[in-house]
Amino acid sequence: MIDELGQFALALALVLSIAQVALSAAGRLRRDAALAGAGEGAAMATFAAVALGFFALIHAFVTSDFSVMNVAENSHTAKPLLYKIAGAWGSHEGSILLWCLILTGYGAVMAASRRLPFGLKASAVATQGALGALFIGYMVFASDPLQRIGLLQMPVEGNSLNPLLQDPALAAHPPFLYAGYVGFSVVFSLSVAALIAGRVDPAWARWIRPWTLAAWSLLTIGITLGSFWAYYELGWGGWWAWDPVENASFMPWLLGTALLHSAAVTEKRGALASWTALLGIGAFTLSMMGAFLVRSGVLTSVHAFAIDPKRGLLLLVILGVAAGAALALYAWRAPTLKDEAAFTPISREASLFLNNVLFAAATAVVLIGTLLPLIRAAIDGTPISVGPPYFNLTFTALVAPALIVLPAGPLLAWKRGDLPGVLQRLWVAALIALGAAIATLALVSPTNALAACGVALGAWVIAGALAEAAERVKLFRAPWAEVGRRAAGLPRGAWGMTLAHAGIGVFALGAAFQGAWRAEGAEALSFGQTMHLAGYTLRLDQAGSLFGPNFEAERLLVHVSRPDGTTLCEAAPERRMYAAGGQVVSGVAICPTLLDDMYVVSGERRAAANGGSTFLIRAYWNPWVRLIFAGPLLMALGGLLSLSDRRLRFALTSRVGIARARQPAAAK
Amino acid sequence: MSLLPKSRTARRRLMTLAVAAPVLVLALAVAIYAMKGSISLFYTPSQALAAHVPPGQTIELGGLVRMGSLFKKPDGEIDFVVVDKTTASPVTYKGEVPDLFREGQGVVARGAFDTAGVFIATEIFAKHDEKYMPPELAAALKKQGEWRGDGAQAPAYAR
Repeated sequence: MIDELGQFALALALVLSIAQVALSAAGRLRRDAALAGAGEGAAMATFAAVALGFFALIHAFVTSDFSVMNVAENSHTAKPLLYKIAGAWGSHEGSILLWCLILTGYGAVMAASRRLPFGLKASAVATQGALGALFIGYMVFASDPLQRIGLLQMPVEGNSLNPLLQDPALAAHPPFLYAGYVGFSVVFSLSVAALIAGRVDPAWARWIRPWTLAAWSLLTIGITLGSFWAYYELGWGGWWAWDPVENASFMPWLLGTALLHSAAVTEKRGALASWTALLGIGAFTLSMMGAFLVRSGVLTSVHAFAIDPKRGLLLLVILGVAAGAALALYAWRAPTLKDEAAFTPISREASLFLNNVLFAAATAVVLIGTLLPLIRAAIDGTPISVGPPYFNLTFTALVAPALIVLPAGPLLAWKRGDLPGVLQRLWVAALIALGAAIATLALVSPTNALAACGVALGAWVIAGALAEAAERVKLFRAPWAEVGRRAAGLPRGAWGMTLAHAGIGVFALGAAFQGAWRAEGAEALSFGQTMHLAGYTLRLDQAGSLFGPNFEAERLLVHVSRPDGTTLCEAAPERRMYAAGGQVVSGVAICPTLLDDMYVVSGERRAAANGGSTFLIRAYWNPWVRLIFAGPLLMALGGLLSLSDRRLRFALTSRVGIARARQPAAAK
Repeated sequence: MSLLPKSRTARRRLMTLAVAAPVLVLALAVAIYAMKGSISLFYTPSQALAAHVPPGQTIELGGLVRMGSLFKKPDGEIDFVVVDKTTASPVTYKGEVPDLFREGQGVVARGAFDTAGVFIATEIFAKHDEKYMPPELAAALKKQGEWRGDGAQAPAYAR
C-alpha cells in the first residue's frame, strides 16, 4: 500500500515539477507575483511528493518488503538496520531517487528564500523545475525505484547489498556526494536566470555564494568519505586511483573551487561576470556528466556497477538537453553582459584569476584523460585506457603553481596590490617551507628532491594561510588584548578561508609524504614466520573463525612490532564470507599511529609445502596518511564556517535585494 | 607602453590572454607528454598475438579465465590462463585476486608479456558487481561472436 502511494507520489512529483516550470515562467513573463508564488508553492509540493516516494522506499527496505524488486535485489533480512536504510540508495534506481530528492529539496529551499528579487527568482525556480522534471521523468519512466515483482516471483529472501558497500563511510558517502553534486544545480539555475535577465552583478554573485559554499563543502566531505572507504575497505593500500568514477566526482569539485574564487571577484569588483556565470553552468554540467559516466558504464572502472546502455543513453540525452540549452543561452547572452572593472596584474583579483585559469586547466586535463578512451574508441575503435601517471603528472603540474601563489593571494589588496609588501609578510612562511624541505632531505631521504619540494609546498601553504590570519589579528605586533579583540571581530568567512587554505596545505603535505615514502610488501607466511616492512616486523600468530551478523570470517592475528622491538599492535585482518550472494571480502586491519598507518590485508588459506597452512599477507606502510583525509575535512569545515557567516545573510544582500524587490520590472 | 592597445577592453583582453595562454600551453604540453607513458591498449590473447605486442610494453589483456587453469602457489603467486576463441595466454600475478575473480568468467589484467610469452600482471581489475563485464572485453567477445550475455555459462574453449 505504502509502495503504491510512493509510486503515485513520484508520478505526482513529475506533474508538479512541470507545473512549477509553467507557473514560474508564466509569472515571470506576466510579472505576476501570484503566478510566480504558485510556482514556488509547486516547487515545495514537488519536494514533498518526492520525499513521500523516498519515505516509501526506505519503509520497504526497513520492513524487508521483497515484493518490491529494488528491495529484493539489494536487501536481506539479516542485514543491520543501517545498511537496510543505506541499501535504499545502493542501487541505480534508489540513487536516482536520492538525486531527485536532493534536487527538489534544494529547489524548495530556493523557492522559500526571501532574498532573491522577483524576476531572477521566478526564472531560477522555473529552471530548477525543468531540471527536476527531466530527472523525475527519467525516474518515473525508466528507473522506477518502487517497482513490484509479480506475486509468484516474489522471493522469500533478498539478494543482499554487495558486502563491500556495507560500511558506515559508504552508507554516508552517496548522500553527501549527491548533496554536493546537486547543490550546484541551484547555482546552475541562478546562472541561467541571470543570463535571461542579462545581468550578472555583485549582488548576484553574493546570492550564489551560500549555495556554492554549501555544495562545495558537502562535495568535499562526500569525496573524502568515498576515498576513505576505498582506502580502508578495498584492501589495496591506496586512497586515490584516478578511476573514471572518482574523476567524475572530482571534476565538479575542481570547477566548483574555481567558481568559489571567481564569484568572490565578481562580488567584490564586478569583474569576471560572464566567466562566473559560465562556471556556474559548468559545475552542474560536470555533475550531470558524472552521473552519466557512473551510471551508464561507458568507461571501464573498478567501481563500475551493473550497466544498462539504454538508461545511459537517456541520461546522456538529459545531460545534452540541460547543458546544451544553458550553454546556448550563455553563447547568446554573454556578449551583452557588462563586465566592469579592469584589473592590474598585481592585485587580489589577478591572483584569483590565475587560480581560476589553473583550476579550469586542471579540470580540462582530468576531463581529457577521463574521456580519452571514449574519444579514441569513437575515432578508430581502439580500446585504450589512461593510467594514473598521466593524471599525477598533469594535475600536479597545474595545481602546484596554484599552491605556490596561494599564500600571496589573500594578502594582496583589491585593485592594486603591493607585491614587495606581501612577500615581506611571507618571509616567515618561506623560512618554514625551506626548513621543512631541508629537514625532509636530512632526516628522511637526501635523494628524493621532488618529495622534499612537495613537503615544502605543503608547509608553505599552511604557514602562508596562518601568516595571513596572523596579519589580520596583528599577532605579535599589537597587545594581546587587541589581538583577541581582532580575532573575535574577524568575520567567519575570513576564518573559513584560513581553515580551507590550511586544509589544502595539510592535504598536500600528506599526499607528498605518503606518495614518496609509502612501502608495501607481500609474503606467504605460516604461523610464527615474520616479514619486514619499513623497519617494522610482522609476525603471523594464529588464525580463528568468527561469526558476524550476516557473514562468517577467518580472522588472523598478526603481531606488528616497531623497529625498536616494542609492540605496535595486534593486527586482525579478516576474510569475510557473506552467505547471501556468496561473496568473499577481505577485511583490512589498520594499526594507526598519530599520523601513520600500518595496513595489513590477509589472503586466503593455502596449503604449504610442509603440509601446514600459509597465508598471503600483504602489508602497506602509509606514513602521514592521516593528513590526506584530515586536510579535506579542514577544507569542508572552512567552507561550512564561511557559510555560517552572518554577512552572507544580511548586509549587501538585503540592501540590494530590497532595492530590487521594489521594482521587479528592473530585473528584466 | 605604446605597444599596448588604447582601449580598456582590449587591454583587459590582452592581459587575460597573457595569463591564460601560457597556462593552457603548459597544460597541453604536459598532457601530451604524460599521455605517451600512460596510455595502455587493450588486447585479447589473439589480438595480442596478431599485433606482435613487444615484451615489456604495458597493455591490458582481457579474456576468459580457462576453467581449471587457476593455480595458487604457496609463495603467494597465482597462475592462470586467459583465453579467447583461438588463443590462450598464460598469466602470472603476485597477490590476491579480486574477490569476484572466477574461473570461466571475464577478466582484465594490466601488465606486460615477458620474453617467454608469459603475461606478468601487475593489476587485476576488481569489480563491484558480479554482473559487470568491462566494456572493451564485452565488445571484443561480441566481435568474435562469443558474447553470451551477462553471467552466461563459460564457452567450451574456456572449460
